[in-house]
Parts: sequence; structure tokens; C-alpha cells
Amino acid sequence: MSNPGVIIAGAAETNELGKLPGHSTLALHIEAAVNAVADAGLTMKDIDGIATVAAPGPVQVAHALGIYPDWVDGTGVGGTSFLLHVRHAIAAIRAGYAKTILITHGESGRSRVGAPGYRMDAASPVGQFEAPYGTLGPTTTFTIPALRYMKEYGLTHEQLAYVAVAQRQWAAKNPRAAFRDIISVEDVLDSRLVAYPFHLLECCLVTDGGGALVVTSAERAADFPKPAVHLVGTGESSETPMISQMLDFTESQMFRQAGQKAFAEAGITTADVDHLMIYDAFAHVPIYGLEALGFVGKGEGGPFIAEGNTEPGGRLPLNTNGGGLSYTHTGMYGMFAIQEGVRQIRGEAAAQVDNPEISVVLGNGGMFAACGVLVLGKQPR
Amino acid sequence: MASKMTPVPTPETKPYWNGCAAGELRIQRCTDCGKPYFYPRPICPSCGSTSVEWFTASGKATLYSYVINHRPAPGFDEEAPYAIAVVQLAEGPRMMTNLVGVPNTPEALVLDMPLRVTFEQRGDVSLPVFTPEEA
Repeated sequence: MSNPGVIIAGAAETNELGKLPGHSTLALHIEAAVNAVADAGLTMKDIDGIATVAAPGPVQVAHALGIYPDWVDGTGVGGTSFLLHVRHAIAAIRAGYAKTILITHGESGRSRVGAPGYRMDAASPVGQFEAPYGTLGPTTTFTIPALRYMKEYGLTHEQLAYVAVAQRQWAAKNPRAAFRDIISVEDVLDSRLVAYPFHLLECCLVTDGGGALVVTSAERAADFPKPAVHLVGTGESSETPMISQMLDFTESQMFRQAGQKAFAEAGITTADVDHLMIYDAFAHVPIYGLEALGFVGKGEGGPFIAEGNTEPGGRLPLNTNGGGLSYTHTGMYGMFAIQEGVRQIRGEAAAQVDNPEISVVLGNGGMFAACGVLVLGKQPR
Repeated sequence: MASKMTPVPTPETKPYWNGCAAGELRIQRCTDCGKPYFYPRPICPSCGSTSVEWFTASGKATLYSYVINHRPAPGFDEEAPYAIAVVQLAEGPRMMTNLVGVPNTPEALVLDMPLRVTFEQRGDVSLPVFTPEEA
């Protein structure tokens, strides 16, 4: 076999998510790392590769954990970075650069303890050509394509709101979810406007938390306490550093490009997918994801969700932890999307889908800026 | 009191900002494939050619998409809620902007409405913003 298999052998989140003013960013990394390494039945001495985003970055995290690695990856392309770390870890393991790689995420997104400040360089492209127009973070930028999509494809405000409604139904089954009360379309549309057409309940949470993964060779699959989660296909791409320069406001090229790579490598079609995670910083992103991955045609994502296909009892379980809209969103949510995919394949999710063989995780970084896609399998392919 | 962000030109963007100061929207195009592009940079994103030139755009545009922001950025308290828009220039490229001379409401801001450039002084910089064509 030219491409030996690689698995996720350990996966865990921080003990708690939400408002954790007693944890610094680094402490969240450490807690997540300790939990994931224990989940794999290993110790820090077994880890020979490290990946995370700055800040605090792989050097700080490795050092804090007493790891002196043979392989270091600090890829930082926003909330999807951890999916790219997994993909790069697969390559490193196949190349023999490392055997047991730890990928960590910790972010004091809400409490901002030991967290980097928000700085905007007024001489950068985004500082010159976007920030002067009064942008203030993702709510004012990631959201801009939606009105164009609504005009082109007739997506209604009610359908957009229903994305949050469907995901809350999953969150209601998850004791760790931040918001668990069932909501209606009216509740969403009655919540205050943050950036028209987006209401508060169509925007993600801002929380503290972390998660970590241990990635290693599939030939060691039997050595770990938990069932192996096979990494059967992956993809990555990038598109734009500025939302105004997105190629087409009605579709994400990078979602499609990374998704096609991942599906081709796994040898699957959408019909093979039992469980799906799509990074949902805002309610329109799952619609763009469903269409880019080919689950529905262009313009069909909103009606597909509103008809109940992705909620509990639907044929395509989507964002089953409750997603960034209801579960947690530290700022870089991708790690939590992977964690839920792992839990579903292992059969240990709070809202467990019936025996999924294939879970697909689509991560977004920045404002439609970068993308990673992972195909997780119960079996190697 | 916090003030609005003022862009800081770099050597490759200076002709754009100089154009704005002169009341012109100057952007670039490729002299090999002919395609206009924005934001300023010394390479054509369509064909990779580094043979590029500046030209003065018509200043005409249409409204491509927007949000109406209810949580103002520093310095924008008086305008809130205000639109953060992306317009499509008649020449093809898109850019972010604000919309002036029109109520920033969903009713008044209709996608594809015709717009034209105007300029707003901010510090040492003249910032292109857009206003309805018929205004």
C-alpha cells in the first residue's frame, strides 16, 4: 500500500466549555492535551510531533508539556487550522518524520485570559481596503455574502433562521451544549439584529475551551483503548484574505475544492456519508457547505435544512453537537467539529447517530478564507 | 474618543490613494490579458503577468451585497446602524465601501442599484465611498 493508513487514536476536549476565567489560553491547551493523550492511553513522552496555531503556538505548547518534538507545524489559517494540522500530520507520519503527533487547541475566546489582543495593521490590505469602512470582526464581514445569495436563490429569512432552529434540536440532546432550550423561527427572528440580515441567534457563541487530538499510524490501531478513527480522505484550500474579494458570494470555491480532494481520496460520494459537520460561525455557512460538498444543488441548501433533513430524525445528521451556534465557539471552532466527528464514529456522542461508518468534517478559517475537509471512517479504505 | 480607522498606504498602493486624493478611482489592469483588478498589487491575479498599469475607472458601480451593522466599530457610533457594502465596479472588480446619501436601511438599499463613487476625507487620506447614481 503506497499510502499507509493514519488514525486518530486519542481525542478529547477540556473538562468544561463556556466561561472559564480561571484558565489562561495556555492552560486550556494543556488541559486538552493531557485529556487527549490520556484518552489514547499514552504519556507525553510518547509524543514526537506537535501542531497548533499561534498564539501561543507550537513551541510554547510543546515546551509547556515537556515535549521536544521531531516535527513542528504552526499552520494558522483561522478556525479550520486543526483540520489542516491533521492533514499535514498524515503526510508527516507517512514520510516517517514523526510517529505520534499531538494537535492542540485552547482559546480564552470569551474571558480573554492570556489571549492575544486584536490588532489591525492599517497598512495591510485588509487594513487599507476593508477596516476603514467600519468592520468589526466576523459579524460584519463573514455575513456580507448572504444577501447576495438570498437574492440569487430566493433563500428566505425564515429558512436562514431555521438553520439555528435545527441545530438547537441537536444541542437539546447534549448536556455539554451552551444553549439547550428548543427555539422557533420566530424566536430567531425576534432576537436582536447584529448585522442585518443576521440576528443574534444566527451568530455563533463566544466561549472559552479547548480540544486536542493524537494522530498516529493505523498499524498501531489495536494498541489504544478506544476504537480507531481512520483518516480516509482529506483536503485543504484557501480562497481570500478579504471577504470583499471572495470569488462568488453565492458559493465557496475553497469548500468545493477541498471537499472534492477529500471525497476522491476516500473514494466516497455524498451517498456514503452518514454524519456531517460543517463549521457554522453563522447560519448561512452550513448552506454554503452542503452545496459545495454536493449534498444538494445550488440554492437548495436552505430548503433542505428547513424541510428537516439535517435535524434529529432527518436523513443527513448535521452539526450534531449543536454546532458553533449552540454548542461552543471559542473563536477557532474547527477542533470541536473534529471532536464530534470522532465521537460519532466511536459511538460515544451525546446525540449519537445510528452506527455511522463515515463522518465528514468541513472546517472554515477566517471569512471564507481557508478550508480543511476530513473524511473519518470506522474502517480503513 | 476612538476614531475611525485611517488606512496607511504602502508603496504599491500609493497610486490608488493618490488617485482618491485627486477625486479619481484609479485601479490596475493587466497589459497582457487586459483584465482590470483590485486591490492594488504588482501582479495580475488572472494570468500571473507582472506587466500591469494604472487607469482611472469610471467610478460607476452596482450594489453587490451588504450588511447593516448594529455594533459599531470605533468611531462609527453616530452612523450606527450603518451599511458595510461590497460594490461591483463597472469594470468588473469588487470592493468594500460605505454608502452615503441614502438611508442605510434594507428598504432603501436594493441589490444591483446603480452607484457612483464619491470621496470622504479621513485624516490625510481621501476614502472612496459610494452614493446612488441618481442622487
